Amino acid sequence: MKRKINRSLWGNVIVIAVLTIVAIFMALPLVYSIMNAFKPLDELFLFPPRLFVRRPTLKNFTDLFYLMSTSFVPFSRYLFNSIFISFLSTLGHVMIASMAAYPLAKHKFPGSKFLFNLVVFSLMFSGYVTNIPRFIIMAKLRLLDTYFSLILPYIGATLGLFLMKQFMEQIPDSYIESARIDGANEFKIWWHVVMPNVKPAWLTLILFAFRDTWNDTYTPALYLHNEAMKPFSLALTYIQQGGFVRAGAAAAAAVLMMLPSLIIFILTQSNVVETMKSAGIKE
Amino acid sequence: MKRKLENLWREIKRNRESYFLLLPYFLLFFTFVVIPVIVGAVLSFTNYNIIQMPRFIGWSNYKRLFLEDDVFLIALQNTFKFALITGPISYFACLFFAWLINELPPKIRSILTLLYYAPALSSAVFFIWTYIFSGDVYGLLNGFLMNLGIIKEPVYWLQDSRINLYVLMVIQLWMSLGTSFLAFIAGFQTIDKSLYEAGAVDGIRNRWQELWYITLPSMKPQLIFGAIMQVTASFAVADISAQLIGFPSPLYSAHTIVLHMWDYGSIRYEMGYASAIAVILFLITVSINQGVRKIIRPD
Repeated sequence: MKRKINRSLWGNVIVIAVLTIVAIFMALPLVYSIMNAFKPLDELFLFPPRLFVRRPTLKNFTDLFYLMSTSFVPFSRYLFNSIFISFLSTLGHVMIASMAAYPLAKHKFPGSKFLFNLVVFSLMFSGYVTNIPRFIIMAKLRLLDTYFSLILPYIGATLGLFLMKQFMEQIPDSYIESARIDGANEFKIWWHVVMPNVKPAWLTLILFAFRDTWNDTYTPALYLHNEAMKPFSLALTYIQQGGFVRAGAAAAAAVLMMLPSLIIFILTQSNVVETMKSAGIKE
Repeated sequence: MKRKLENLWREIKRNRESYFLLLPYFLLFFTFVVIPVIVGAVLSFTNYNIIQMPRFIGWSNYKRLFLEDDVFLIALQNTFKFALITGPISYFACLFFAWLINELPPKIRSILTLLYYAPALSSAVFFIWTYIFSGDVYGLLNGFLMNLGIIKEPVYWLQDSRINLYVLMVIQLWMSLGTSFLAFIAGFQTIDKSLYEAGAVDGIRNRWQELWYITLPSMKPQLIFGAIMQVTASFAVADISAQLIGFPSPLYSAHTIVLHMWDYGSIRYEMGYASAIAVILFLITVSINQGVRKIIRPD
């Protein structure tokens, strides 16, 4: 199909220039920190500073492991904590939020509208609002200083339920009807009929849930005081506060911190965009 | 009345499997979102230090916030300044770049999407900006500007209380092409192409008119969703301030509502007072979000 309206040549040049400049602005800090992660110490403190690494080395990464193995809690422990918390939270969130999204998307029953509106409403304030009372509730439930103080709220995250419910609405009712005629119960319909049809949505939930749990520094600092349970994201803030002697290790840690989410996004991008097509709030 | 209740009960029983499916999620949602909001609202009228029972003190916390707590007023002012600048800019940036990217060939589109979205995705590594804004000569920006001869002395980007809030805004904007950006990219792809042809017949002459009269009206649900995401995020600024500038910041120049709440809730354990701050943040974001929703809402 031929577009009816086209930009002028100059228009195209301007658009490409703007997009490139912004792309550089967005990428530069990330590229710079990747470069720094591979720089030997003398290159880290060159004047004037240089963006690109000349003699790449893995020393910063070995330093990071060494530095953290001599600290009170070994580096591998922080990494384990992060992987454990992110994995369980992500898995739990995808399963439990999808399970709840299915009846909200496909059935009408007393309270269904109210519950969904409550979820949409909760998108309108940040999690910070609930942190203080949540702390008290955690204390009463004796969850403080356990992995569950992070995992359980992550599982109950609202954005994922919202996206999943919106996406599930497009599944044709006939799929569900025919499964019901075959005698499947609601749980089976959810697992065997609905879930295989919303793959883009659960990949999106994996991305968002992982991003939020892996990068979080605020809630772990609030609910965990036992050093041995803290995640890598918090350890990163300590290393970073270590000043210039640790600049190389901090850059190496930053690279380890940002890679997993980026890889997940590269693998899921088209599915995420597909899911966001139904992400609108209709009135 | 009785009949109504009977019907309702029958409906509930008929749908019991649906409720079972909802149960695990909503148990968590109520425990960690709904109940905390209610508990917070109640606690905001009390004096509570976790150890002793909460004591009801009426509006005292709120009076103290607005009449006696100068630092809170600074935090409020900073947060508004921050949100009123970064909120709209980030929103229109998400929209504008999604619009430009949308017209590119698929391969380039996905590469640019990745580049633009990467900072939002790796939000925990924003501290790499300290290398760039470092106040000594080793800072990338200082080194660059001094090399060009634009400045003679290094600028204390993050410590100088006159400019550090604006430096934070730059960093926030860097991270702000997030979920809304993706929603807008998706939104542009859902638009029925035949609308453009019809528009051309109806006398639409350029891209801007096309955007305003055809594209944006057809993606209002995405626009509302994106607005909510950006407003909520722009009022919740805290981490970048605490980690890049320090807590408390010099002269409270980068103090925000969330940091003030953190101060009272997690350091001083004045839970009632901290809850009052949370209630204020709640009221601000919810009312602005509702307002924005009204503005965008299809007539």
